[in-house]
Amino acid sequence: MNDNNAKKIRMEKTAAVVFALIVWQAGAMLLDNSMLLVSPLTVIKRLFTLFFESDFLSSVSFSFIRIVSGFLLALAAGSLFAIIAGRVHIVEVMLWPFMTAIKTVPVASFIILCLIWLSSSNLSIFIGFIMVLPIVYTNMLQGIKSTDVKLLEMANLFNVSWYKRLKYIYLPQLKPYIISAGSVSIGLAWKAGTAAEVIGIPEGSIGEKLYEAKVYFSSADLLAWTLVIIFASIAFEKLFLNFLKKFFRRLERS
Amino acid sequence: MDIVVSGLSKSFGTNLVLDGFNAVFPEREITCLMGPSGCGKTTLLNILMGFIKPDSGSIQGVPALKSAVFQEDRLCETFNAVSNVKLVLNSKSDSGIIVEHLNQIGLKGSLDKPVNELSGGMRRRVAIVRAILAKSDILFLDEPFKGLDDDTKKDVMNYLLDNLKGRTVVMVTHNMDEVKSLNAGLIQMEGKSK
Repeated sequence: MNDNNAKKIRMEKTAAVVFALIVWQAGAMLLDNSMLLVSPLTVIKRLFTLFFESDFLSSVSFSFIRIVSGFLLALAAGSLFAIIAGRVHIVEVMLWPFMTAIKTVPVASFIILCLIWLSSSNLSIFIGFIMVLPIVYTNMLQGIKSTDVKLLEMANLFNVSWYKRLKYIYLPQLKPYIISAGSVSIGLAWKAGTAAEVIGIPEGSIGEKLYEAKVYFSSADLLAWTLVIIFASIAFEKLFLNFLKKFFRRLERS
Repeated sequence: MDIVVSGLSKSFGTNLVLDGFNAVFPEREITCLMGPSGCGKTTLLNILMGFIKPDSGSIQGVPALKSAVFQEDRLCETFNAVSNVKLVLNSKSDSGIIVEHLNQIGLKGSLDKPVNELSGGMRRRVAIVRAILAKSDILFLDEPFKGLDDDTKKDVMNYLLDNLKGRTVVMVTHNMDEVKSLNAGLIQMEGKSK
């Protein structure tokens, strides 16, 4: 994609966002009821005041640490399960009902069920983990299965060590699958993790703030905190994908 | 120890490729396999390399340490030429030797590029250096000159002559000149080779 095309796409997207904000502002002005639909300007104003509140950073870091931990744990566990399932077919068969169940059971059912077992403060770790696990597992397993058999034959013939196979053959071939799993599941981890916090209401979390906004019918607070969640999710996604790109660049140059 | 192949048969479905094939590949010598396409040369090589099992027959004397130039280059696409060779060497090996060999075969100036940015002929030469430098007691070369122009072929031939001396080599080729240049033994294979 050349620079002109990229610039054009950026301009189009900016125009679309501006248009959506105008539609939102017009709707809010027509309804003229901040409880039903608060205007974007009010939300942005509220967002700026949020930054200066004493518990803003602690709430964001509380949720960020837990949701990101859940995601990273799922990334590690999903990859490990996929590696084992890729080598031992029976493990893949045995894991199938669990992964299918996790994918199809509504997240609210998991949250309520898990509230019985876990403290509400750690609930978002587990819910983030459980929602991301099947996505990482499925993507990685697909990547492992599509590894070039001819390269593996070559590695067998030359008695290439397991570490070198991972570095030269598996990781480069898994790269698109890891990136795809990451970009799909980070947003999901935030959605599910926040939902868990709204239901579990752990003290000092973003979920608690959303719950309070619901109790006090404060649409401005609700949408301002929602924007905070979106920014945190996008920031972590960019950070994670940049880390992956740098990691693979280094790997290929080493 | 010579490699002795007796009564080797292999079929894929109803297609009988090798039918009771017999041959001896002398130790520390180059032996070329020639024959029309589909006569089972690559199948025989794949059996000797241990990738496929024969339906019947026996093979004796194949050393454990093997090296090969495959029909396809089988390189790690996003890594450069030096890394591709390093892959098959032990971790303490000297990169200087790898660079020396790659330069010798005409790859000077292209060593930092990922191999997916190299031409077919350059990739072939990376695969050849990889096979030469890997610690092995036998080399399998499946059409090693495929995709090389005449000048490059001459350089690669000289490189192989320097580096194949005293090594056991089984090579698939379609070209009698290559057999002569390498001063190799010849096994002519026919369809449904015997």
